[in-house]
Amino acid sequence: MSIQTLTREIFDVKDLNLWYGDHHALKGIYFPIQKKEVTAMIGPSGCGKSTFLKTLNLMNKMIANVKITGEVKFDGQNILHPKTDLVELRKHVGMVFQKGNPFPQSIYDNVAYGPRIHGIKKKTHLDEIVTKALMDVALWDEVKDRLTAPALGLSGGQQQRLCIARALATKPDVLLMDEPTSALDPISTLKIEELIFELKEKYTIVIVTHNMQQAARVSDKTAFFLMGELIELSETSTIFSMPKDSRTEDYITGRFG
Amino acid sequence: MMEKLLLPAKDRLLKSKSSRLDGEFRGKLIVLLCAAIMISATIAITIFLGTKGLQSFTKNGISFIEFLTSTKWNPTDKANPAYGVLPFIFGSFAVTFLSALIAAPLGIGGAIFMTEIAPSWGRKILQPVVELLVGIPSVVYGFIGLTVLVPFIREHAGGLGFSLLSGTIVLAIMILPTITTIATDAMSSLPNHLREGSYALGATRWQTIRKVLVPAALPSLLTAIILGMARAFGEALAVQMVIGNVRDMPSSILDASATLTTIITLNMGHTTYGSVENNTLWSMGLILLIMSFAFILLIRYLSSRRKLR
Repeated sequence: MSIQTLTREIFDVKDLNLWYGDHHALKGIYFPIQKKEVTAMIGPSGCGKSTFLKTLNLMNKMIANVKITGEVKFDGQNILHPKTDLVELRKHVGMVFQKGNPFPQSIYDNVAYGPRIHGIKKKTHLDEIVTKALMDVALWDEVKDRLTAPALGLSGGQQQRLCIARALATKPDVLLMDEPTSALDPISTLKIEELIFELKEKYTIVIVTHNMQQAARVSDKTAFFLMGELIELSETSTIFSMPKDSRTEDYITGRFG
Repeated sequence: MMEKLLLPAKDRLLKSKSSRLDGEFRGKLIVLLCAAIMISATIAITIFLGTKGLQSFTKNGISFIEFLTSTKWNPTDKANPAYGVLPFIFGSFAVTFLSALIAAPLGIGGAIFMTEIAPSWGRKILQPVVELLVGIPSVVYGFIGLTVLVPFIREHAGGLGFSLLSGTIVLAIMILPTITTIATDAMSSLPNHLREGSYALGATRWQTIRKVLVPAALPSLLTAIILGMARAFGEALAVQMVIGNVRDMPSSILDASATLTTIITLNMGHTTYGSVENNTLWSMGLILLIMSFAFILLIRYLSSRRKLR
């Protein structure tokens, strides 16, 4: 694949290899990620796109028997360095999971969780952050009267937006989204997609999706993964209209996958 | 197969008296019988204990209030018998709460160690230890307490050695496996996405445990403690061997004391069935039963709260 020369990179991945035990899950990935863009990753199940995403905030390190080599530069610093401060990294690189996973606590406490563990104690300051984060995800009007109600009482779509708010509350630079709408109905999905569109003004977003229309709708760049390899990475409009690699074409036209 | 398909739908679909249905009925009857036996045994015991336990008040005319609130226990005094069991009620509650106070942090700490800190080797070591603790019979716990703990306390803390403290420590070790096992199940049944969600926000392991996992498991952890307390409340033999069994209200943790269960086991052998003294033992048994119902209700309440979350 070809790499363009780019300057506004927030992540720069070079020759990334990852093994789960004997399984070579990521093979020599070169992947620059631009600031304040939405980068979508598509590919069949098990192609490594989620694994790649979880390497960007090193969530992979929680798994036993994982081995990572190469270089993942965040803001110029290689995060694969053994001394990397995971707390600091994850403050800057937030993550939203496949299924909304609020803590069994109140709506307020969920959003305030991140700021609190990072040392913010003042109630007025926390109130401000929580309000802002909930407004950013367009959940404020729906929940402002019941901030102390349990978060698990919200609908699936609301829970997912709450989790995005929770991630935003730590003021990250990058938001990683692992199939954030795969468990949602079409209307909730649409809301999240609109949200992604607004959020990219302020955040860099990397999203894994199984839904190619979604990738086409929300992203600036699209990457196609296959069997642990990055096959193609280019402008979304390019990849969907004239993919360079025949395997990409086969996949997006539905010939396999 | 083909022949069956050729039969008209009516013959195939409507129930006939086949042997399959007989087997179905027989199975249903067997499990129904098992359930019925269990239920009737429990009801029978409750009724028996209820009528027997109330006899000291209805037949022997002991004042119910005096029974529960007096600290004087002297049923054998012919001239002026006294039937106050407050010291024993107090003793039961004291050893129960104190032992839970020791065992709960230890058990929950052990559970967190096994599930969160060292799930591989920690569990490999602690699990068999806990199982071993369950397997030791209570008379052995009492025996060890009597031989090791009682002299140790006598020499280092003072008093007779036979004391509330000895009973508390022996009970704490006995209920430790109960608390640890249930707390471990509670922690390991927490969905992994809670951990992931917390780590992804930059939380450390300790923050994740303290602010997400323990609060999420709290109702189950409380259930673990209450089940441990229920066991402590009902334990008789081991406590009896180390607590000293005196009828007076203890004034310090180093004083000898007695519990409802120890008084029952001590006295049931030398009282005659139907005598006043024997009846008061039944009344104490009734108190134990009522307490265990209370423990069950508390656990029910907690688990209903757990479902709501």
